[in-house]
Amino acid sequence: MIPNSLEVSRLAYAYPDGTQALFGVDLTIGRGERVALLGPNGAGKTTLVMHLNGILTPGHGTVTVAGTPVRRDTLKEIRQRVGLVFQDPDDQLFMPTVRDDVAFGPANAGVRGEELAAVVKNALDRVGMLDVADRPPHHLSFGQRRRVAVATVLAMEPEILVLDEPSSNLDPAARRELAEILRSLDVTVLMVTHDLPYALELCERAMILSDGVVAADGPTRELLGDAELLARHRLELPYGFAIPAAAERG
Amino acid sequence: MGVGRRLYLPGGSPVHRLPPQCKLLAVLAFAIVMVATPREWFWAFGLYAGMLAAVAAVARIPPGHILRRMVVELPFVLFAFLIPVIGLGERTEVLGLSLSVPGLWAAWNILAKATLGVTASILLASTTEPRDVLVGAQRLRVPDLLVQIAMFMLRYLDVILDEMRRMRVARESRGFQARDLRHAPVIARSAGALFIRSYERGERVHLAMLSRGYSGQMPIIHDLSATARQWGTALALPLAALAVLLLGGLAA
Amino acid sequence: MHVPDGFFTAAVSVSAGVVAAAGVAVCLRGARRELDDRTAPMAGLVAAFVFAVQMLNFPVAGGTSGHLLGGALAAILAGPFTGVLAIAVVLLVQALFFADGGLTALGVNIILMGLVTVLVGWGVFRLVTRVVPGRGGVTAASFAAALLSVPASALVFTLLFWIGGTAPIDLATVAAAMTGVHVLIGVGEGLITALTVAAVLSVRPDLVYGARELAAPLVLRGADGTSTVTGRAPEPAAGAGRLPFLLGGLGVSLLLAGIVSFFASPHPDGLESVAEEQGFLGQATDHVFGGFALADYGEVGGIPVGVAGIVGVALTLIVAGVIAYAARVRGRASSGERV
Ligand SMILES: Nc1ncnc2c1ncn2[C@@H]1O[C@H](COP(=O)(O)OP(=O)(O)OP(=O)(O)O)[C@@H](O)[C@H]1O
Ligand SMILES: [Mg+2]
Repeated sequence: MIPNSLEVSRLAYAYPDGTQALFGVDLTIGRGERVALLGPNGAGKTTLVMHLNGILTPGHGTVTVAGTPVRRDTLKEIRQRVGLVFQDPDDQLFMPTVRDDVAFGPANAGVRGEELAAVVKNALDRVGMLDVADRPPHHLSFGQRRRVAVATVLAMEPEILVLDEPSSNLDPAARRELAEILRSLDVTVLMVTHDLPYALELCERAMILSDGVVAADGPTRELLGDAELLARHRLELPYGFAIPAAAERG
Repeated sequence: MGVGRRLYLPGGSPVHRLPPQCKLLAVLAFAIVMVATPREWFWAFGLYAGMLAAVAAVARIPPGHILRRMVVELPFVLFAFLIPVIGLGERTEVLGLSLSVPGLWAAWNILAKATLGVTASILLASTTEPRDVLVGAQRLRVPDLLVQIAMFMLRYLDVILDEMRRMRVARESRGFQARDLRHAPVIARSAGALFIRSYERGERVHLAMLSRGYSGQMPIIHDLSATARQWGTALALPLAALAVLLLGGLAA
Repeated sequence: MHVPDGFFTAAVSVSAGVVAAAGVAVCLRGARRELDDRTAPMAGLVAAFVFAVQMLNFPVAGGTSGHLLGGALAAILAGPFTGVLAIAVVLLVQALFFADGGLTALGVNIILMGLVTVLVGWGVFRLVTRVVPGRGGVTAASFAAALLSVPASALVFTLLFWIGGTAPIDLATVAAAMTGVHVLIGVGEGLITALTVAAVLSVRPDLVYGARELAAPLVLRGADGTSTVTGRAPEPAAGAGRLPFLLGGLGVSLLLAGIVSFFASPHPDGLESVAEEQGFLGQATDHVFGGFALADYGEVGGIPVGVAGIVGVALTLIVAGVIAYAARVRGRASSGERV
């Protein structure tokens, strides 16, 4: 039996300054699923995401990735499998040039020379950023930085891709192109977003995280169709947007 | 300031193409030879200036670019002018002022050497990309950790300066102007906020590095090695200077 | 305050370079101990912060303005090791990319603006926080630390210039003048440093390295609504293990500095030999070194030996004094806590 991509159980976490952000999160994501993680500001989405590749260590509870528990001794393997795109691309792009930045992950995994160059080129090509390869990241526009940030993770060929608000600050065309990239990948995707139509477009399943616990989990269309549920968790569809009539289920 | 003050001028001259570690060592060796040269050898300093001019010409760095940057010397030039006044020893009259002779020599010494040193540094910074200077330093066995720190500093300098600029704009758009020390609390609060942002950014960057497999060591991405010939070309500058120094020593 | 090339003799420049390199090496180890693999990004960001802060001009009396040195501030906020590293990197970057400060003077600059300001600043800070506890103590200590670090740096500069500079000066007069001016600048530095530390303390007290002892115990709330109280925030790695290393490292580096300068200049350097021929050095030397205990060396082995010796002695005294005091205070404090 293929193990689930992600299993999180009873996860609780408090930041060093005492703010508790997660109060017992439970979720399971199967292989190849694309799941949207919704929730108001401060719900704990980013905090949850940071646990998925062991950046934050649970105060309580467990995280399991493809059958492997996230522990100190499995971190290296886990980080190969889980690719994380950060909310702020300036946090993610720290090397002097775009090319070096995309090379950082694979080089840490031991890829060298020609092979490394090919991996970098391929990843940049997929996000359409090949022509900025030799520029410093801080000279790029925000949307360009976001795409490069996605490339740094694609270059590591993860099995599970976790994105924290990938569509914020992208222009409509870039937003659509990112959707195409995500759809073309054969990986499990967990996408944190405030962009509800985007969630509907890309993910068949959605979860609502609210006050540090999972408040709802189900097909995206059903969740977004429940106006009362959305209102309870400070979520709103854009003005004039209506859930397209449900397609007949097979 | 900040970004605008950066000196690098892109180009394809032979000087630009030299590996950074060669240029770095050459400039350092040149500076040491130059500093060790007795201050009475006016001719030697003339020759050094000629050598730097030749390098600038080959690298096609316009003189204006170098001159503009020389202002960094200014505070110490002022100090140099003070030395003859406060210096000890035999005194002489210049324009009615009683000046110390050793002090005058010292002032000349500082002016000449500081100017040559600044010029050499400007030439290095103008012909080498910042990232390459760091790679060069790494190849010269500067501790890896120090190079990494410098790399992060360069990468985030603009981000931090930008944040500072935004805070200033926010202050000034609400009518604030720093005029005297009573306004220090406002400036200090900005500095405090800047520190918190810098520190937290450092933590987040560290997390981003971890999530891409960092374990304390920078992976090898570039392999820049220099040929004997490139070393020879670069070291021509300090060797010529050394020849001047030795010749002068023999003659004396 | 970025010293350019030509201020100091080649021998002093090289010796200072060796001392600075040794100091930085000690701090690399120290920072690694405290920050492990966070060292590079954290110190790098603190360096960028210091660079930005050095661009904050503040008005001093009479229409002139000074800018922050930032050594004491960096040490109090990020810890002495990270502080020295950040400043050393700022100076390195300024010398390499902005032609600010001579390459041969990099060692001198790191000693003056990194090692001296951080050691003096941190030493004073620890001292005052021991005497005056609590947040007020931290703020007062920050003020005193930053204020004193500026004239201390200027004094060491004067001392270095007197023994290894390229002009004879009257130590007492110049030192007095330098101290006067820099105490004034120090007041500005102290004020801004103290207010900055206070500002950070009020928002993220956990980020102020120098105030770690003030951290409150953490409360962890479980998912089921229960709360648990953790003990005190974990004490950072005790300094006991690294103090001997610090002392040893500096001792070795000073020794090295002396040896290097001895070999760099086994006979009076070119400058002095020419000067001697021209017949005015005798008088100058009399003034510069006359009455100084080590002046005899000049007659035996040439002045540079004395130079290295004096640099070594002076630095050892300063460094050892500060460290010994810090060690004693710390030892007393930790034994006090146990009782
Ligand atoms: N480094 C930190 N230290 C202390 N508290 C933090 C820290 N980061 C986040 N928090 C707190 O934890 C809670 C959850 O924050 P988190 O960043 O996970 O929210 P989020 O769901 O990602 O919000 P957003 O949609 O705004 O990105 C918030 O109350 C926040 O204030
Ligand atoms: Mg978030």
